[in-house]
Amino acid sequence: MSKHALLIEDEPNIIEAIRFILSRDGWRVSTHDTGADAAEVIARTDPDIVILDVMLPGRSGYEILDELRADAATRDLPVLMLTAKGQERDRRLAERAGASRFMTKPFSNSEVLAAMREMVGP
Amino acid sequence: MPRSALMGTRIRETRLRRGLRQVELARQVGVSPSYLNLIEHNRRRPGAALAEALGAALQIAPGALAEGAQDPLLDALREAAAAGDTIEPAELDRIEEFVGRFPGWAELVAAQHRRLAALEQTVERLSDRMTHDPYLSAALHDVLSAISSVRSTAAILAESDDIAPDWRKRFHANLHADSERLGAGAQALVGYLDTAEDEEMSLAAPQEELEAWLAARDYHVEALERDGAVPIAALIDDAPELATRPARALAGRFLHRYRADARALPLGPFTAAVRALGPDPGALAARFEVPLPMVLRRLAALPPREGLPQAGLVLCDASGTLVFRKPVAGFALPRFGAACPLWPLYQALMQPARPISRRVEMAGRMPRRFLTYAVCAPHPPTRFDAPLVVEATMLILPAESDTAPAEPVGTSCRICPREGCPARREPSILAEEF
Repeated sequence: MSKHALLIEDEPNIIEAIRFILSRDGWRVSTHDTGADAAEVIARTDPDIVILDVMLPGRSGYEILDELRADAATRDLPVLMLTAKGQERDRRLAERAGASRFMTKPFSNSEVLAAMREMVGP
Repeated sequence: MPRSALMGTRIRETRLRRGLRQVELARQVGVSPSYLNLIEHNRRRPGAALAEALGAALQIAPGALAEGAQDPLLDALREAAAAGDTIEPAELDRIEEFVGRFPGWAELVAAQHRRLAALEQTVERLSDRMTHDPYLSAALHDVLSAISSVRSTAAILAESDDIAPDWRKRFHANLHADSERLGAGAQALVGYLDTAEDEEMSLAAPQEELEAWLAARDYHVEALERDGAVPIAALIDDAPELATRPARALAGRFLHRYRADARALPLGPFTAAVRALGPDPGALAARFEVPLPMVLRRLAALPPREGLPQAGLVLCDASGTLVFRKPVAGFALPRFGAACPLWPLYQALMQPARPISRRVEMAGRMPRRFLTYAVCAPHPPTRFDAPLVVEATMLILPAESDTAPAEPVGTSCRICPREGCPARREPSILAEEF
């Protein structure tokens, strides 16, 4: 069965592009576009991996990640953080919050795919 | 090698440069040539009187030959050597020989080292400014988002041959929309950087110096809390951050008021009252029988301690210009230019002496809620028919868990995404409309 990736991102055109490349690569993709209820959606849909944008309406990606890491059920869930800022501070924040990987916008499609394959395994 | 060794070397170098023979110089200062020879080779140290005589004979400023006078230069050179990143390290063990033989070059190295340090500080300050400027940060985020979408979409179109026609059409449409958004965003950024430069350098800088100094202390000046008699001038002299004259003048005014506030509302009793009554400016002003603006300023000067509110504070004059800014997380304050006209600060400015308390929600990708207290008070008149000078003060308290209805506000129109705002004075660069 194909692996399930949940994309939490609020830019519609980015959602469309990522959904396309992941689907072609054999992933089952679902998406969500607000921060406020993201943790709840993750719990309900039980994905194999989450791609999480840092700047989300309602709630920041760091806060969502904090909540995921505090919950035993999602403590080890692979999370790929996307951010529009590549500064050292954001990288540190993401690491401290417990991101499995960190990717800076603008990202390359092949890098995202390679990172996801590495994180979830074949 | 002892530092005093330098003096002999310098005497010798200077004498040779002046074309003076050792015998001659020895005669002029009244010592034997062999003794002078020992001094010149750093084997003897001349006493103060002899050093002065040597200096006079060699036409060197008194004291310049003395040990202490050279220390700043030596220190600067050592610092330069430590900071240096050359393949061949500086010959630290020969530093005195260097200074003695090439005083001009040594001065130059030291001066360049100081200049380098000053430039590095400026670069740091500027990059810090770029990072924390809410307008720039929002605009860059917008541009980066659009670029991400363009890059990802373009790669799909370029790298796959078998895309269904309707998908291909959709991606083309997305590319078109994003490129328009990019164009608008880039244009807005260029315009912003063009106008920002002058404003930043002239107007905002002294205020920023004071704010940087206060931020390093969490806006709590402990020296004045502890001892109301400590001279303000001494406090300012001890602050290297307050480098310019305008910044020091601003700091003087701020600290005099801070001291008066701290005397009227001493930290101990005031903190106890805040813990008992909560951060309620009205109740606190009544309890201590002091004006409301003073209570607002005092609440924003509390030390960062458990159980005490961490509040932001803004002050503006009658023109609406922000003359003081203490930020609080989630309530972005514009670095320059005017703020959001919907701020209760400005509502208070329009109704002097009437205290206003409002719940507000700050626009943004992650809207935050705050409880604000604002009041506008006139400065005491000094003569008849003087112009009316007023100042509005607004305290900003985080109120995350507050669910009561809140009024929408923003930071500044250029970075505010709120659509259909009746108070908008210029379009947002956030390009929400694309």
